[in-house]
Amino acid sequence: MARITLDGIAHRYDTRSQSAALKRLNHVWQHGRAYALLGPSGCGKTTLLNIISGLIMPSEGRVLFDEKDVTQLPTERRNIAQVFQFPVIYDTMSVAENLAFPLKNRGIDRRAVKARVAEVADLLGLTRDLSRRARNLTAEAKQRVSLGRGLVRSDVAAILFDEPLTVIDPSLKWQLRSKLKAVHRALDLLMIYVTHDQVEALTFADEVVVMKDGSVLQVATPTRLFEQPEHTFVGYFIGSPGMNLVAAEVDGHVAHVAGQAIELGARYPKLAAGSTKLGFRPDYTFLVADGSGVPVQIRRMEDLGRRRLARVALGPHEIFATVPHDVPIAGEQAHLAIRQDRLFVYAHDELVSGDRR
Amino acid sequence: MSICLDSVSMVSMGESIISNISLTVEPGTMNVLLGPTQAGKTTLMRLMAGLDKPTSGRILVDGKDVVGVPVRKRSVAMVYQQFMNYPSLSVYENIASPLRVAKLHADEIDRRVSKAARLLGLESMLDRAPHQLSGGQQQRTAIARAIVKGANLVLLDEPLANLDYKLREELREELPSILNQTGAILVYATAEPLEALLLGGITATLSEGRVIQCGPTPQVYHRPSHIDSARVFSDPPLNEFTASKQAGLLRLGVDVTVPALGRLAEVADGIYTLGFRGDMVRFDTPWPASVSLPGRVTLAEISGSESFVHVETAIGTFVCVERGVSARQPDQPVAMHVDTARMFLFDRAGLPVAIAPDS
Repeated sequence: MARITLDGIAHRYDTRSQSAALKRLNHVWQHGRAYALLGPSGCGKTTLLNIISGLIMPSEGRVLFDEKDVTQLPTERRNIAQVFQFPVIYDTMSVAENLAFPLKNRGIDRRAVKARVAEVADLLGLTRDLSRRARNLTAEAKQRVSLGRGLVRSDVAAILFDEPLTVIDPSLKWQLRSKLKAVHRALDLLMIYVTHDQVEALTFADEVVVMKDGSVLQVATPTRLFEQPEHTFVGYFIGSPGMNLVAAEVDGHVAHVAGQAIELGARYPKLAAGSTKLGFRPDYTFLVADGSGVPVQIRRMEDLGRRRLARVALGPHEIFATVPHDVPIAGEQAHLAIRQDRLFVYAHDELVSGDRR
Repeated sequence: MSICLDSVSMVSMGESIISNISLTVEPGTMNVLLGPTQAGKTTLMRLMAGLDKPTSGRILVDGKDVVGVPVRKRSVAMVYQQFMNYPSLSVYENIASPLRVAKLHADEIDRRVSKAARLLGLESMLDRAPHQLSGGQQQRTAIARAIVKGANLVLLDEPLANLDYKLREELREELPSILNQTGAILVYATAEPLEALLLGGITATLSEGRVIQCGPTPQVYHRPSHIDSARVFSDPPLNEFTASKQAGLLRLGVDVTVPALGRLAEVADGIYTLGFRGDMVRFDTPWPASVSLPGRVTLAEISGSESFVHVETAIGTFVCVERGVSARQPDQPVAMHVDTARMFLFDRAGLPVAIAPDS
């Protein structure tokens, strides 16, 4: 059992530098949960992982494993397992020997080792390969062995994954994602997973930590990240295309965008133009045929196969909207309906909650 | 101007790379070559550019056979998957380089570079070196260099494949209108169905060195002329199963039999391959006429706007698309309903039996 606490962690690679690689952060990683650290390159996710693993000593703050301060301890004394981008295995050993290696080193008795190796091999679909030399395996199978080596110890405080599916062929990725998911369900462990791939993060994790420029912007379930982004970047980064974000002036129940009044369905304080934005996803924005809603000009229609999207102009703003299959579109004028419970107000890029009474 | 491939084949080291392709590309539209790796897309582009010679067949530019005319005597520009820029030159000089080679006047160079930079949103970065740019900006620079000299033929070989998905999404949106302003013949190779749909224009589906189908992009998507075309143009992969129809019933596996409803009631008895895309299926509520199967979720892959739900059934594993973030968990039982009105029906030769109506 373990819980990892980051207490006021911050990091600068260069003490003279003005910008922090990781801005001050408090977070508790709960036992038995799977977390993904997601963000574009340079967002600080790998720095954060390396602070947890002990590869980097943070400039500020403490790392606690349960109640124990491990900030000054090196990786090998932190009781964690790691899986890297590239397979780390012994080519000359068999798959079974590779999987057993982290256990044998710790003087665990042979029968227990064998049972655990069998269990992990079964989870990862390696049972039939146990007696094969690792060097004869495909890159994908080697990475599965590498994952197995990370998972085989049941006494670790956490397993840390650093973009483990990078070398895997895209067509095989879903199989490994499925294995990882199964592993997480079967083994009661804390897992922290770094990736720049939103599908990997949202598929794998119970909670996703979205990062940008050294800051954590939101920690939430995949559903919540999509349905209620707390930062404009989360709205943009999750979902395809990302959230529509338009400059607005907000007062009470109404937002003014490019001369049009949009009902908000909640009451907000007066928010000045300039730093205020309205956010609404293309998935919850619809072209309507009956003349109600906000008038817009159609710029382009896109048949994306399983959905139709329209690119429309509202004053200077370009907006993506879903075109329902039963809505005929003719000409250049159309109207927009936005689902009110999916319409959000952001001030300085952060979500402002309205009063829905 | 037009480029016409007439019965072109290419054999390399005893292996057939391109098999008897006839294809005409013209300006004014995007010509998309869609196919998986090894389908022959890059070879086809190299043949069009004059970098390689076909083993047999003719390549006609405005009716004149150009096989053997070296690439430097042709008006061609190419953009590759890897970002290729001169590392020691500024963005400005990178874009200007083909014009310097052509010894254009400095004023003319400046005019053309400014125009290309404006189109690709690089105006504020002209003084920077390529390594100071993001991947997206580096590829924008390479695209600006390709269009700046006004080549008659611009070939783009999976230009967005190496970009992070958000940058890819942005450039995908912008590229069609940027490229259409060049007036060149545009040929764009991609492995991604969504990219082909966004680019629009005309799509040729390729598989194992052959063109399977060529036509307006949405038509090729919605009305595949062969099962291989539907396979190439589906992401997630096309779901398929074999069905034997007899006496109003479909036998799907050793002991799976369902009633033949909707369009399936109308076709003659016989053996068919049924194909359906992930969005032609839904859970829980049947369509007016469905093929329904019980299954078990193995994984929900979540991208945000949609989720790919993998379902294991008695006759195979299928990938279904749900909108938004799916809450389905591994091992959860589901009832899977395939819409017979939209599913594809192929005979044993892979030809469509009855064309599905536009979805």
